[in-house]
Amino acid sequence: MIQYIIRRLLYAVPLLIGVNVLTFVLFFIVNSPDDMARMQLGQKYVTEQAVQNWKRQRGYDLPLLWNAQKKDGGQITETIFFQKSVGLFLFDFGISDSGRNIGADIKQRMWPSLALALPSLLVGLLVNISAALLMVLFRNSYLEVGGIVLCVILMSVSSLFYIIGGQFLIGKLLKLVPISGYDDGLNAIKFLLLPVLISVVSGIGSGARWYRTLFLEEVEQDYVRTARAKGLSEIRSLFSHVLGNAMIPILTGVVVILPLLFMGSLILESFFSIPGLGSYTIDAINRQDFAIVRAMVFLGSVLYILGLLLTDISYTLVDPRVRLS
Amino acid sequence: MIILWTDALIYLLVVMVAMLGLYMRGQEHLRRPWRKVTSSVIGMLSLVVLLFFVSIGLLDSLHFKASSSSNEIISVLDYWATPLREHQEKTYSAPFSAYLYNKELMITESGRQSWGYPRLVYGGRHLQDPCSEKVQDIAVRLSLGLLKGAGLFMVFFVLLWSLRRDRQQRLLASTAARAVWLMVFVISCTTYALIDLSGYYHVLGTDKVGEDVFYQTVKSIRTGLVIGTLTTMIMLPLAILFGILAGFFRGWVDDVIQYVYTTLNSIPSVLLIAASILMVQVYMANNEQAYTSVVVRADMRLLFLCLILGVTSWTGLCRLLRGETLKLREKEYVQAAQALGVRQGMILFRHILPNVMHIVLISVVLDFSSLVLAEAVLSYINIGVDPTTYSWGNMINGARLEMAREPVVWWSLAASFLFMFTLVLAANLFADTVRNAFDPRRAEHA
Repeated sequence: MIQYIIRRLLYAVPLLIGVNVLTFVLFFIVNSPDDMARMQLGQKYVTEQAVQNWKRQRGYDLPLLWNAQKKDGGQITETIFFQKSVGLFLFDFGISDSGRNIGADIKQRMWPSLALALPSLLVGLLVNISAALLMVLFRNSYLEVGGIVLCVILMSVSSLFYIIGGQFLIGKLLKLVPISGYDDGLNAIKFLLLPVLISVVSGIGSGARWYRTLFLEEVEQDYVRTARAKGLSEIRSLFSHVLGNAMIPILTGVVVILPLLFMGSLILESFFSIPGLGSYTIDAINRQDFAIVRAMVFLGSVLYILGLLLTDISYTLVDPRVRLS
Repeated sequence: MIILWTDALIYLLVVMVAMLGLYMRGQEHLRRPWRKVTSSVIGMLSLVVLLFFVSIGLLDSLHFKASSSSNEIISVLDYWATPLREHQEKTYSAPFSAYLYNKELMITESGRQSWGYPRLVYGGRHLQDPCSEKVQDIAVRLSLGLLKGAGLFMVFFVLLWSLRRDRQQRLLASTAARAVWLMVFVISCTTYALIDLSGYYHVLGTDKVGEDVFYQTVKSIRTGLVIGTLTTMIMLPLAILFGILAGFFRGWVDDVIQYVYTTLNSIPSVLLIAASILMVQVYMANNEQAYTSVVVRADMRLLFLCLILGVTSWTGLCRLLRGETLKLREKEYVQAAQALGVRQGMILFRHILPNVMHIVLISVVLDFSSLVLAEAVLSYINIGVDPTTYSWGNMINGARLEMAREPVVWWSLAASFLFMFTLVLAANLFADTVRNAFDPRRAEHA
């Protein structure tokens, strides 16, 4: 097992290098630091001196890949690539373009993101699976047709409308919870209720449909028919046989997104002004802070690759048929 | 006549779809699922709605210069909607309202100043006393418009009826055909009534700068369609080529392609899009002279967005196709072809490609609606289409603070919601029908 994990971890290294090189090309070669400086300082009426200052302050004044002026390894280390990209591998995210320490920001903002994402995931999972089970239990009836139609309708509404509508209805008209904001500790709950509710509701359509197809595939299997034939009630067979076997794809589907929960939800967080990583990223995009966007791209891909690894491991744990090879 | 990049690609796409249709006509194994689609009531209804949206989008894709003197580029749709385009009010006004949303200081004829809601410049200006006349006027115009629409439909229908005398039976034979006619009838009536009314009122109100919301949301249709279709067009060649090659040749080709798509997949797509759009912005800001007109610049950005969305979204289909090709290459007919010495390129083209086409088709129609929805979200984060482009995302983005006003300014949101919901719902329902017809696993049950 440990050997397998080590092999998978080694496999992640070229992927991360690929991500790193890709972001480097996007941020530094497609557009030179000069372009970025002009963009930040205003397009036209910028002196060459101001551009140089901006670059020096942020360490963008070095050569891209090879510093011919330095000696003794300095040729490689005194470059933008080494200073800005290699540090990411050690989770040293450096300083943002506005002068803040990105690593510290991320550590601090991770928790609000998680406080929103984890309950959303769990409640959403519970609701989706129950809805799907109900539809499968009443299959070939009007209840199922109604359920499917409702799912398609829910799916067709943009998530933005759920947020705006929810804020308007529950926050403004009924005044049940504050419209937006965040607080530390347990006080956060009242701020989190609405976003969690909205993210659950907006996910029901596609989620319930997806689980329904999973369950339907299991329902048609022989062992379920046998269970029914020997006199097991429909509900018993559904819970013990169908749900049990469908757990494997459900579980692995959840595991793959588990690490990404840290990244938070871009839109929900910015709508409800929750100081998580999602709103951090959006702010960075709007301020055109390239250092933060680069750090978040790298962090996101690390977490995704971690998710893939966890998926493979969880497969071997829940499904004894899968052997490590 | 001015051809923007996206226009050219859209018409290229139309030609390609037409050619694909001709090809599929000759293939019995593809005609059978299509017959299933055409006999499904929901599928055909949603197809009619989709085609209606597409025809608006196509009208909006024929651009020309407004006049030889000005530099303004407008489309055929703009030309037809000139009154809508030019009926600019001062600021917000509610749907069908004759008065402005804000109170203003007005000077009456006698020179006295009073504080009240001024009349709109265009909306309901033919009315003497809006309070008493408006409801009646709207009702009369609405029923007239509906009648005209019905008349237009009847003329068209009778024409078709008499021209295709030999096929009269088939026109109304099945439930699906009758449903289609009913839907066409409904669409032609409402469209005509809306066109009629929009000449006299702001049917869906006006926005903050006084622009007609109905015009905005109709213009947004093209943006949604472009994102949904052009992205697919960019994504398909990548996905098909790499997916089939990886599955067929295996070995190092497979390794390289798998590496590429896992790397791309591992970058959160929103961030990759954000990064690329930031880069495009920087590039455009540095090459301003190349983008003289606002329309041209917005169009380039739209194209870039499609390109980037295409690059981030081909991986899913690629993986599916790779898996399917891995299965197919072990089939007897592929092995027979190999044993007979058929060239590998030929095997790929004749034996593998046609047999994965149903997967391609299903994923294309399934992706369409999610792309339309994604556009709105991306525009909200300011990494979507250009702020000057009409799109549902930009409408929502501009309107999201209006819910906090008193009284609530709901019409911009309602308009974008209504149109977007209709398009996405139709696309989703059509996608379901297509999937049920083409997916062999599902087809067995039905």
